[in-house]
Amino acid sequence: MANKDLVARLTDINKRIGYIPRGEVEKLAKELCLPAAKVFGAATFYSLFSTRPRGAHVVRFCQDAPCHVAGGRAVLDAIRTTLGLEPGQTSPDGRWTFEMTSCIGVCGVGPVIMVDDDVFGNVNPERVREILKNKN
Amino acid sequence: MPRDFYRSHILICADPECLAKGASDIETVLESELEANGLADEVNVLETSRLGHCSVGPEMVIYPEGVTYVNLTPAAVKEIVAEHLLKGRVVKKYQFTGQARKDEELRAPTAKEVRVIMSRCGVIDPENIEDYIAEDGYAALAKALLEMKPREVIDEVLRSGLRGRGGAGFPTGKKWEFAAGQNSEQKYMICNADEGDPGAFMNRRVLEGDPHSVLEGMIIAGYSFGAHQGYIYCRAEYPIAVRTLRIAMRQARLMGFLGKDILGSGFDFDVELRMGAGAFVCGEETALMASIEGKRGEPRPRPPFPAVAGLWGKPTIINNVETLANVPNIIRNGAAWFAQYGTEKSRGTKTFTLAGDVNRTGLIEVPLGITLGEVVFDVAGGIKGGKRFKAIQTGGPMGGCIPEQLLETPLDYESLGAVGSIMGSGGLVVMDEGTCMVDIARFFMDFTQDESCGKCVPCRIGTRRILEILERICAGEGEDGDIERLEALSKYIVQGSLCGLGQGAPNPVLTTLKHFRHEYEAHIYEKRCPAKVCKGLISYRILDTCPGCMVCARNCPSNAITGEKQKVHVINPDLCERCGICMSVCKFDAIVVE
Repeated sequence: MANKDLVARLTDINKRIGYIPRGEVEKLAKELCLPAAKVFGAATFYSLFSTRPRGAHVVRFCQDAPCHVAGGRAVLDAIRTTLGLEPGQTSPDGRWTFEMTSCIGVCGVGPVIMVDDDVFGNVNPERVREILKNKN
Repeated sequence: MPRDFYRSHILICADPECLAKGASDIETVLESELEANGLADEVNVLETSRLGHCSVGPEMVIYPEGVTYVNLTPAAVKEIVAEHLLKGRVVKKYQFTGQARKDEELRAPTAKEVRVIMSRCGVIDPENIEDYIAEDGYAALAKALLEMKPREVIDEVLRSGLRGRGGAGFPTGKKWEFAAGQNSEQKYMICNADEGDPGAFMNRRVLEGDPHSVLEGMIIAGYSFGAHQGYIYCRAEYPIAVRTLRIAMRQARLMGFLGKDILGSGFDFDVELRMGAGAFVCGEETALMASIEGKRGEPRPRPPFPAVAGLWGKPTIINNVETLANVPNIIRNGAAWFAQYGTEKSRGTKTFTLAGDVNRTGLIEVPLGITLGEVVFDVAGGIKGGKRFKAIQTGGPMGGCIPEQLLETPLDYESLGAVGSIMGSGGLVVMDEGTCMVDIARFFMDFTQDESCGKCVPCRIGTRRILEILERICAGEGEDGDIERLEALSKYIVQGSLCGLGQGAPNPVLTTLKHFRHEYEAHIYEKRCPAKVCKGLISYRILDTCPGCMVCARNCPSNAITGEKQKVHVINPDLCERCGICMSVCKFDAIVVE
């Protein structure tokens, strides 16, 4: 049982609300005539979807090898200490969510971080602090 | 289609930044000035975006001279038209003289490179189908549809020796032949643009720079085995590629290359774009199809192969972006032309992305069969900072690490397989002597255990167990028997997984164990990290040559360094977090890691 529009519809909800709340899962299931479990299953499978509320800004750090060997570890530490968050956490004030991402395909300029939809390449700890400060 | 000739082309930047600075007014003034000076028929004005100096916009470039003008005002435009276009004199005061924007991903080719797939990237306007047509675009489609039978198309591709560029290297013509032999009303042609290998971005560049080559390849493929509906499955992490594809599809439809009765041949074909949502495993063909159908992107057992029962149970062919981009060239120039590049079994050129510790990172295109050494030292310009080469990782996270003594290995499907690695999609990560191979193996396992979809138990749990063992070894808690455990687990995962992800997941561990076993042994038995990377196995020490400048003590985030001014400082190992900041800030090389 499937519906070819399911992933696209979930993408829309995730973009509109920032995450996929339970109520939306149930609504979409009804509309597409699918069991809610199927919809929820797809919502939890894809890493760009979240079923929990996220912060106003989502910071993503590329955790893959090309960025790692280009100095990614120091960048990761800088995000951790600047935001005071571990990967997967959202700050209590709802400002920030910190996530790890797999390769975003701009490895020529690694290490790379993403803040919301903006990609920043060739970052180092100082640049990270600057980028995050400017978002504040 | 003949194009009008102009003596000058002006590209005016109309992206959001420049529009916000008044670019549309500038364009209006420019056009009326050209009209007033009788130049409207001689000078062509094109809107473009991302010329690269938006901070000093509005901006425009005048060709053939290639002069960039910035900080444009209506008065400036009047002056430039009168001086530059009428009298041929560059107006220096508006000319941009700073550092030109460099394409850091795709540089000028070196001597050993051959640009075929990449020949149009960065040269044509990807958002204008006429640019593609002017470069022989869609000529192959016309030839295939109007002069060749479907079977002849398949034969030509078979003769060329083209093999899948997504990683597995299956002969493309053979795949199409299977699907052609299926008796079904409905067949599907899918372009796999779910490029997810860490470090690989060649498909993104083709989609962003030359999207029509992929569309043309898809239509020809569909014609060869009888599909009328195509899907492009592109990952959501590539928003610009998605945008260029959408524009390309719209323009191709307007020009009659997509839709009903293409070029009057009676053949119908159209394409739909589908986006992923962040799941690496969806690059696997059966998982990809599940995702298009709106399910969790989990692989399923094969057979039946997609060519027999694929999308919605219908015969389906899935080809990678680069495979499809090769097709128009093969049809237009012939199989023999394609076969001039490469080796007997691995023909043609292939794009690779270079990352890591080399002087020139980025995208390259080389004939298959070039050696790894030639890539590292000739094409990539050798190791950064004069350090020594240690290993090259080919084939992405399911590939293997190849050591210095095997640098003569040719880059082709069979040779890479023989040394325990794979071609994969073409990501190359070069590592210098400062890299710990156990740490690297840990790194790749971290990736695969995270991206394992969870369907096959050996992959889901086995990769996790391998990661835990590697984490222990890196932390200095390795035990006797760990190496054997890693080998056994790897074997079970390879045997017990359905798709390429699980079957390839242990490759980084197996190849590092094979070629760098001594590093594992040093970690486990001597509690020592030879590359001095693993934090649990290193310590920092300040030498007697320390002049006592206090810089390290001030910069230490955990206040582990004590000492008075002009006296040798000391690191407290209990407080030290081994971050290495002290060593990087010391101007006297008085701090060592051991």
